[in-house]
Amino acid sequence: MITPRSWLPTPLLSLLLLVVWLLLVTSISFGHVLLGGVLAIVIPLISQRFWDVQPNVKKPGMLLRYALRVLGDIIRANLEVSWLILNPRRRMRPTFIEYPLMLEERFTITLLANTITLTPGTVSANLRMDGRSLLIHALDVGDEQALIDEIRERYEQPLKEIYEC
Amino acid sequence: MNWYVFLEGVISVLLIAGGAFAFIGSLGMAHLRDFYMRLHGPTKATTLGIGCILIASMLYFGVTAGQPVVQEMLITLFLFITAPVSAHLLAKTGLHLKLKHVEKTRGKPVELYREEVGEKPVPHPDRGHD
Repeated sequence: MITPRSWLPTPLLSLLLLVVWLLLVTSISFGHVLLGGVLAIVIPLISQRFWDVQPNVKKPGMLLRYALRVLGDIIRANLEVSWLILNPRRRMRPTFIEYPLMLEERFTITLLANTITLTPGTVSANLRMDGRSLLIHALDVGDEQALIDEIRERYEQPLKEIYEC
Repeated sequence: MNWYVFLEGVISVLLIAGGAFAFIGSLGMAHLRDFYMRLHGPTKATTLGIGCILIASMLYFGVTAGQPVVQEMLITLFLFITAPVSAHLLAKTGLHLKLKHVEKTRGKPVELYREEVGEKPVPHPDRGHD
């Protein structure tokens, strides 16, 4: 893994910026790579002070697996929610759940909240100021504890391993 | 020749599926019972709808131009970043304004702490603020 340096505080963000730039101009000529590279280094340097400190990715392979899993879950979520919307006879059991967080870094909590919103039948609604728990609204829940366990196991545990261990 | 017919079929199916999902998402927003439930439609069903349409677009322009087209990935990326954030903000606003939720909703939208509400209440003409 590339280690952060003083002129490159966030290597991953820089890489992302470069890729986005190349996609935007849709060419990989030398000039654009050079320009994109300069932008990718300068923008994080300028905007660095606005950012929280971002934790380093400890296990890039796991991050990729996590992304794929979330992508799969997004498709599943879509089908489930579409089914719930189309079938008004089916009784929905909307629930507010207070989800106790294990994560500590604000960056990873943000990732978790985003994931929760994108995946089956749940929207994250409010994060406590102390960062201890997340309020979730779910569309159709049978067993609250089961949902909490599922989120813990599927998303929070991997995130913790990727960033915080 | 056959290959193109097949591809055309795939693209058509993706477009129809995309349109259908986007429509279902909007339908959900129109007829679910309360604010919080309505949030679920546009955040989820719509993502898949847009995703299908973008894949169809990538296929179509990739084949007609004869080279891979990847700009659509950017749209997907931005959508995945912005959709959850805006949904979260909407939900939070709903909590602050204490919007009603359907009776059968279990669990309570926990009372917000004082520091989470902020000092200055938002003026709300319907409630006698001015």
